[in-house]
Amino acid sequence: MKPVLVLALGGLLAASAAWAAPSPARQEQLRHMVDQDCGSCHGLTRNGGLGSPLKAERLVDMGDEALTATILDGRPGTPMPAWRGLLSEDDALWIVRHLKGEGP
Amino acid sequence: MKRLACAAFALMLSACAQPQLRATGDLGLVVERADGALQLVETSHNTALGRITGLGDLSHASLVYSRDERFAFVFGRDGGLTKVDLLQGRVVGRVVQSGNSIGGAISQDGRLVAVANYTPGGVKVFDTDTLELVADIPAIAADGSRSKVVGLEDAPGNRFVFSLYEAGEIWLADLKDSKAPKIRKYTGIGNQPYDALVTEDGHYYMAGLFGEDGIAMLDLWNPDAGVRRILDHYGKGQQPLPVYKMPHLEGWAASGTQAFLPAVGRHEVLVVDTTTWREVGRIPVAGQPIFAMLRPDGRQMWVNFALPDNGKVQVIDIPSLKVVKTIEPGKAVLHMEFTPRGERVWLSARDSDQVTVWDTETLEKVAELPAQKPSGIFFTARAHKIGL
Repeated sequence: MKPVLVLALGGLLAASAAWAAPSPARQEQLRHMVDQDCGSCHGLTRNGGLGSPLKAERLVDMGDEALTATILDGRPGTPMPAWRGLLSEDDALWIVRHLKGEGP
Repeated sequence: MKRLACAAFALMLSACAQPQLRATGDLGLVVERADGALQLVETSHNTALGRITGLGDLSHASLVYSRDERFAFVFGRDGGLTKVDLLQGRVVGRVVQSGNSIGGAISQDGRLVAVANYTPGGVKVFDTDTLELVADIPAIAADGSRSKVVGLEDAPGNRFVFSLYEAGEIWLADLKDSKAPKIRKYTGIGNQPYDALVTEDGHYYMAGLFGEDGIAMLDLWNPDAGVRRILDHYGKGQQPLPVYKMPHLEGWAASGTQAFLPAVGRHEVLVVDTTTWREVGRIPVAGQPIFAMLRPDGRQMWVNFALPDNGKVQVIDIPSLKVVKTIEPGKAVLHMEFTPRGERVWLSARDSDQVTVWDTETLEKVAELPAQKPSGIFFTARAHKIGL
């Protein structure tokens, strides 16, 4: 594994080792945010728009870490912003699992 | 004719004993994005008249009106183009014309409706009477790649103008002969045009660039002059902030020689001098502006915001360029629409499931209407405006 990736993973693994699922109320907010706010660019049905499709079958092969990093830090050169100012690492990981159909 | 009058009548009252005529000039539609539905509303008494369902995925949906203000053409995210009859309160035509689309425009003569598509990237043009395909314009750039189409607008001369997101091109399509569109392509106009507008007078097409700072401007009175760049600092600037939601340029309007633009990712509205196309001021506001819309008389501007400030709306006094009031009309305010002469403004609050109506002079709320996850609000007066 490349050093950069290890570094990036390191931080997240530490976080995920102590991963605390967001509270039920927060989960409800996040579910709503995914549908409505992410949906503005990625589609209410997650079929994509200006942003990529976010269908579970498309995401399952991607690592949780990479996807969490995309949510928190955005994708430079695209309109995908860094959501770190509004979402915690736990929030982002919950969203990744939710999108993959693994979460509640 | 009889059936029509009865249907219209049935919408208003319960019986159909005597046909009652109904005009459409005070009607409008509110998009209920999560349900694939529209609410039919009227602005003379601030009431809902009915609900129209079966329009598919309406995330980021928009619509245009026929020149007689009777029909709406609704552009859904799922590629659906739906024709709605306001008098009958129902869908009268629907085609799923692509996999993924983002708005459209109606031609000057009212005979053509054009849809901007993401997948496959391009523009399709339909007959407004029959919804039959008239022209198909794939957005294949100079380098052979296919682009998403954004910022599709109508222009005088039965033309449509649009931008190619990935390729960074502006295309001007002349559909005077709708079977054989003449397309003029402007390449290298800038990185990632994401939205555009045509000025109210039909003179300029302006595309905001996401990939760099600035606006690409085409003079529609003089298309031979090519695309020029204005407001080179317009955009994210030296220290880009996360842009939680793309600003919309459609609300642009000029008041005298001043025009107003939502800054990209910054808590400011920019003031632009339309004689020099230079920035002449900035108005600090409560969040990242999405729409900065002028009241029809240009005396006042209403601004809504991206997350996390999307529960606020600010009213700016144009002569002083100062915020005069901050209101909280509900959670996730997505859109604002003025009545044709501007005495009222309707605001949609998605997460409060309501639309509120405000008096623009007293700045007080005068009505509330329940709506399911409302987004865009569109009044029929748009039928007679260039670029809407």
